[in-house]
Order: sequence, then C-alpha cells, then structure tokens
Amino acid sequence: MHRVVITGLGAVTPLGNDAQSAFRAAVEGRSAIGPIEFEQHPDARVRIGGAVKGFDAAAAIGPKEVHRHARFTHLVFGAAKEALADSGLRDAGYDPERVGCILGVGMGGIEVIAQEVRAYDRAGPRKLSPFGIPAAIPNMAPGMVAIEAGARGPCFCVASACASSAHAIGEALESLRRGSTDAVITGGTESGLNPHGLAAFERLGALSRRNDAPDRASRPFDRNRDGFVMSEGAAVLVLETLERAQRRNAKIYAELAGYGSSSDAFHVTRPSEDGAGMAHAMQLALRSAQVAAEDVEYINAHGTATPSNDVAETRAIKRVFGPRAQSVWISSTKSMVGHMLGGAAAFETVVAALAIAHGVVPPTLNLDEPDPECDLDYVPHVARERRLRLVLNNSFGFGGQNAALLLRAV
Amino acid sequence: MFDQVFAQLRSIVCERLAVSPELFTADASFIEQLGADSLDVIDLVLLVEEQFDLQIPDDDYVHFATVRQAVEYIASHAGRIPELSDAAVGSAGAE
Repeated sequence: MHRVVITGLGAVTPLGNDAQSAFRAAVEGRSAIGPIEFEQHPDARVRIGGAVKGFDAAAAIGPKEVHRHARFTHLVFGAAKEALADSGLRDAGYDPERVGCILGVGMGGIEVIAQEVRAYDRAGPRKLSPFGIPAAIPNMAPGMVAIEAGARGPCFCVASACASSAHAIGEALESLRRGSTDAVITGGTESGLNPHGLAAFERLGALSRRNDAPDRASRPFDRNRDGFVMSEGAAVLVLETLERAQRRNAKIYAELAGYGSSSDAFHVTRPSEDGAGMAHAMQLALRSAQVAAEDVEYINAHGTATPSNDVAETRAIKRVFGPRAQSVWISSTKSMVGHMLGGAAAFETVVAALAIAHGVVPPTLNLDEPDPECDLDYVPHVARERRLRLVLNNSFGFGGQNAALLLRAV
Repeated sequence: MFDQVFAQLRSIVCERLAVSPELFTADASFIEQLGADSLDVIDLVLLVEEQFDLQIPDDDYVHFATVRQAVEYIASHAGRIPELSDAAVGSAGAE
C-alpha cells in the first residue's frame, strides 16, 4: 500500500483568498461573518453569512467561462489554480491518465436552478439557458478542474452534504493507496450563500439568527449557540504518493495517513445522539493509519455550532479517546469562517495540514461559556503553539454521513 | 441598417465570448473564428432575441453560422433595433 502526502494547497474562503492568508486569519481568530449584502425577501430571518470578498471570478476561470458556470465552480477554479501552482504538479511529468480529480460538492449550482425555474415559469421552455444544466450539476467542479489541469484519470464528484469534501479526500487517498493513480487533485466547494440557500437552511432551523452580532454568531460548543452560519468557499489539495513526491523533491506539508467513513443510519438531519456513528468513522481513520487514539494531539472538529452536532461530537470524541479526551486539543474552524458546506472539510483539511506545517492550532472563536455537555479542551479564543505529529479532522453530513481524515507530520 | 445591427451584435458577441472586436468581421464564423461552441450559439441566439425583440424558431438557427448571415437575418426580422451611439456605428462601418 502506497503512503500518500499533501504537496499543494489552495483556498478561496471568506477568511482569505489563498491558503496561507486564510490560515493566518484563522490563527489570529478573526471572524469572517458579516451582514448579507444581496437582496433578501422581507420575511427572511437570517441576514448574516460568510462571503468570499475580492475574488475576481472572470480572472480566475476566464471571461468567457465565467458566464457558463455557477459560483461553486468559479470558487474551486481559483483554489485549484493555486494548489496546482503550489505543488508544481504540471511539471511533475506524470502520465495524465494517472492524475485524478475528485472533489466534494454538497448541492451544486442551486442559484442557477432557481434562475432557470424562474425563466421557465416566466417565458416557457425556449428561454432556458443552454448552460443551465452544465452550470448546475455538482460534477462540473471536478470536470472543469480536470480540463484546467489536463488530468485524464478518475474524475468525479462526491456528495455527502457537509462531509462531501472529506469523503472526496478520503476516496482520493484510497485511489492513491491502491495504485490506481499517481496524483489526485481533491478538495471541495460550495456556495449556498444566496437567497434560496439561506432560506432553505433557515427552514430546517439549522442557522443562527444572531443578526445583530454577526462576528459572534458562530459559537461552537458554547452554551448560547443557536445554529451554524452559512458561508461559501472552496479548498483544493494535491495528493501524491510519498515515493513520487520525494523523487521529484516536492514540498510536503503532511502525510494523509488515514480515512474512515460511516453512517449513523438514524435520521435525515439529526446526528445519532450517542455519537456512535461519528466515533466509528474516527476509529476507522485511526485503524487505517495504524495509530492509537492517544497519539492524536489535535482534532479539527466538525463543530458546526448547531445544538445537536456539538454535543454528539463531544460524546463521540469521548467514546474514541476515553480519559485522553480531556487533554486532546479540539477546535472548530467554522467558528471563524462559518459553514462552507461542500467546501468545509476541504478547508479544514488545509487548516490541519498547515497546523502541522507551522506548529500552531487555530482557536475556537466565541466560546465564552461552554455548554456543560461540551466539557473538553476546545482551545477557546486564542491559538496555541506546539509541534504536531498527528491530527484528526472530523466531518459529518446531513443524512448521518460521517468521515474522518488523519494527517501525520512527515 | 446593416452597420447598426453589426455594431450591436459585435458588442453582444465580443462581451459574451470574450473575443477582441477586431476578430468580429462580416465573414467570421462564430465557431471557427470567434471560438463559440454549439452551446454558445444557442446562448447568443437567446441574447439576440432579447436585445432585438424577436423570436427565432429553432429551424432558423442555421442563419447563425457567420456574422454576415446573422446580421442580415436580424436586420430583416428584428422587432426593434436598439439605439447605438454614433461612434459605435461609425466604427462598425469602418470594418
């Protein structure tokens, strides 16, 4: 079985439009959440979100292509170009048929679907755009990145809601481990930050309504948390086998050492309260890397700030870590960047890789008064430095679909 | 009429396909010279319908092969020709 390493990073997020500056902003504990700037229905109750700012989509994807694609594809294109340049993959000399592209997308271009439905209702079928379907389908994100990279290996999209990009990265790892590919461009993207996306998640009761204090709205593990904050963004990682990366003297951020995947088989939106499904994913990730829980120093939590997630995740961590749960560092990147849905786990994996590379763990913002049921060390308010060897990244999607990734220092 | 439609169409097509106005000549083919694919042609027809207030039946899409054919088709079918500045019309005539 091949060992697999991360050799390139890219990110376009509300915290910054490249991986290093987004990570720095997370370490500084900056909130990227603010008032919604697009027009909403007067009845809309959620008026805050995390928007990507200053991103020139036409410059990233090209002035012609920008009309033909939805925002989730624009965002991932920017992240992919950064990751490709960072890794030097284009000059690695790999057989294009052994370079894959596997990205996670939870929903795809829902704003395009909304626009096409409006056009149909207003003027009939002849007024539908020929770009409606190619723009809306989630797999256009890996499709366009593969075109840009000239990657002719396995290319598909993974959908598991908020865990989509964790499953994508995990499946990319498996492809490399079994020798099906030499390199895989992976990660994920989403933009649910539009009137319909916000309203639909509001209807589920999933979103914070702390409109008067946007930067304090995302408060994972806090007693007064009231839901997650919708944001948008993309992150991309280039994975290669260790031996090939070393042979070409590539820069290596960390090893992607383990992946676990499980299902709660319980409820459409609620996690299983005992955290058993989540725990199972973490255990499988540890087993797949052949390491013990006590060696993990930091967990980048799913940490959405919904009432049910944070308690279930805390219970799951206790199940896996036993008494060691009290001393492992845990933090939620979503406390600063909000919830990028299909882009979330990919950005959190970038954060985990850079935490190892820089020896610093970003904090959990807004954790002023911990929920009594959330009684672990969530690194409140301020980043902490330490040499990290083993980092776990949790992601859990609606439908009870769980994934855990394990990163190791090289 | 031809020049006015030509200039208006050039503005739509060059923006949409992100091509330089110099490439937009009367003999240019949308696909060969202007880099459109079959989806772009449908998209351009929809924009033309909106801008020139006309309905283009599917069977008439064949007229959108070259710029000249498209301009002549629009000029003879358009419900209205949008106003353009004198400068835009002048530069169209200089082509």
